[in-house]
Amino acid sequence: MGTGTQLGRVRGLGTAKSGTDHWWKQRITAISNLGLVLWFVISLVRLPDLTYATIVAWLQQPIAAVPLVLMIVSVFYHFRLGSQVLIEDYVHHEGNKVLAVLLLNFFALALGFTAVFSVLKIAFGAV
Amino acid sequence: MAEFALPKNSKINGNGIKHAVAPGAKRAKTFRIYRWDPDTAENPRFDSYTIDLDQTGPMVLDALIKIKSEIDPTLTFRRSCREGICGSCSMNIDGTNTLACTQAIDDVKGDVQITPLPHMDVVKDLVPDFTHFYAQYASIKPWLQTVTPSPSLKERIQSPEDREKLDGLYECILCACCSTSCPSYWWNNDKFLGPAILLQAYRWLADSRDEMTGERLDELEDPFRLYRCHTIMNCSNVCPKGLNPAEAIGEIKKMMVERQL
Repeated sequence: MGTGTQLGRVRGLGTAKSGTDHWWKQRITAISNLGLVLWFVISLVRLPDLTYATIVAWLQQPIAAVPLVLMIVSVFYHFRLGSQVLIEDYVHHEGNKVLAVLLLNFFALALGFTAVFSVLKIAFGAV
Repeated sequence: MAEFALPKNSKINGNGIKHAVAPGAKRAKTFRIYRWDPDTAENPRFDSYTIDLDQTGPMVLDALIKIKSEIDPTLTFRRSCREGICGSCSMNIDGTNTLACTQAIDDVKGDVQITPLPHMDVVKDLVPDFTHFYAQYASIKPWLQTVTPSPSLKERIQSPEDREKLDGLYECILCACCSTSCPSYWWNNDKFLGPAILLQAYRWLADSRDEMTGERLDELEDPFRLYRCHTIMNCSNVCPKGLNPAEAIGEIKKMMVERQL
């Protein structure tokens, strides 16, 4: 790597040949979040009450379970993409950066899958 | 982590010198100016100079020149054209990056505080080190690149409509007011190109005569070089030429998506 000159340092390791995909997916999930979260809030408000029985009965309908699973996937994916940008912005130590992105991926995947699993469990009536 | 506090050797000390001049002035104005001399071990300080506005030109640069020639010849700053076309006298005046030559003194309420452009290494007083900024500019190859050989004894034709696409781009004077107002550039300027250089990059992407658009986009396809821009818009807010780097960056991102869809 040409670290001996100013231009060499700027050129560095070259481009990562990626970035657009990440940025574009963040925009797409932002739009899907908007629709799905809006649906979620309106649905909750329209329920007669928020008791355990009502929510379970609601979630056992595919019309509720499917969008909710989609919302969870969209929200967690968006969270993962956005938080990675945040980490890249502020964490400059290479080791810490890799560790933080790694933990973020594990955290988002584990929490997202747990949420999806919970919805499916209710939807398939195993409660 | 990103550094949010000033490093020890950049903290302002309280040893600023008060140059009380302008006795009997009807319109006295005080300028608080950042001073740092690389030849001493001292931390930076704020010196204040009080001058008579009736004896000074209307712009901040006029005041700086008056202070340098009449009160304190050690005050160091860059200046050249004094009419907003060379970009030399960019500095932070009253909290905003701008050109000293186009900033009217009367538009600043109270004392006029002047510091160098933020988050740049300081060479002396109000003179920042532009070496890295210029290397970043060189890295985007800011010249016309073509595959087609140039027509012999003729110019490369461009329609008036295509020429219009360069309006709002070609006027950039590389004063770096925008880049040094951008938090993303503060934290990641080692890799992020910043608004000024990206606006320049778009100037060549938008040029109908240039044939290296794909290669130019390839060189920007990077999470840091381009995508550290989070549309904060400080760049467009401060540009002393009234340009819109944020919009130019948005156009680059659009081109990036366009070639994938």
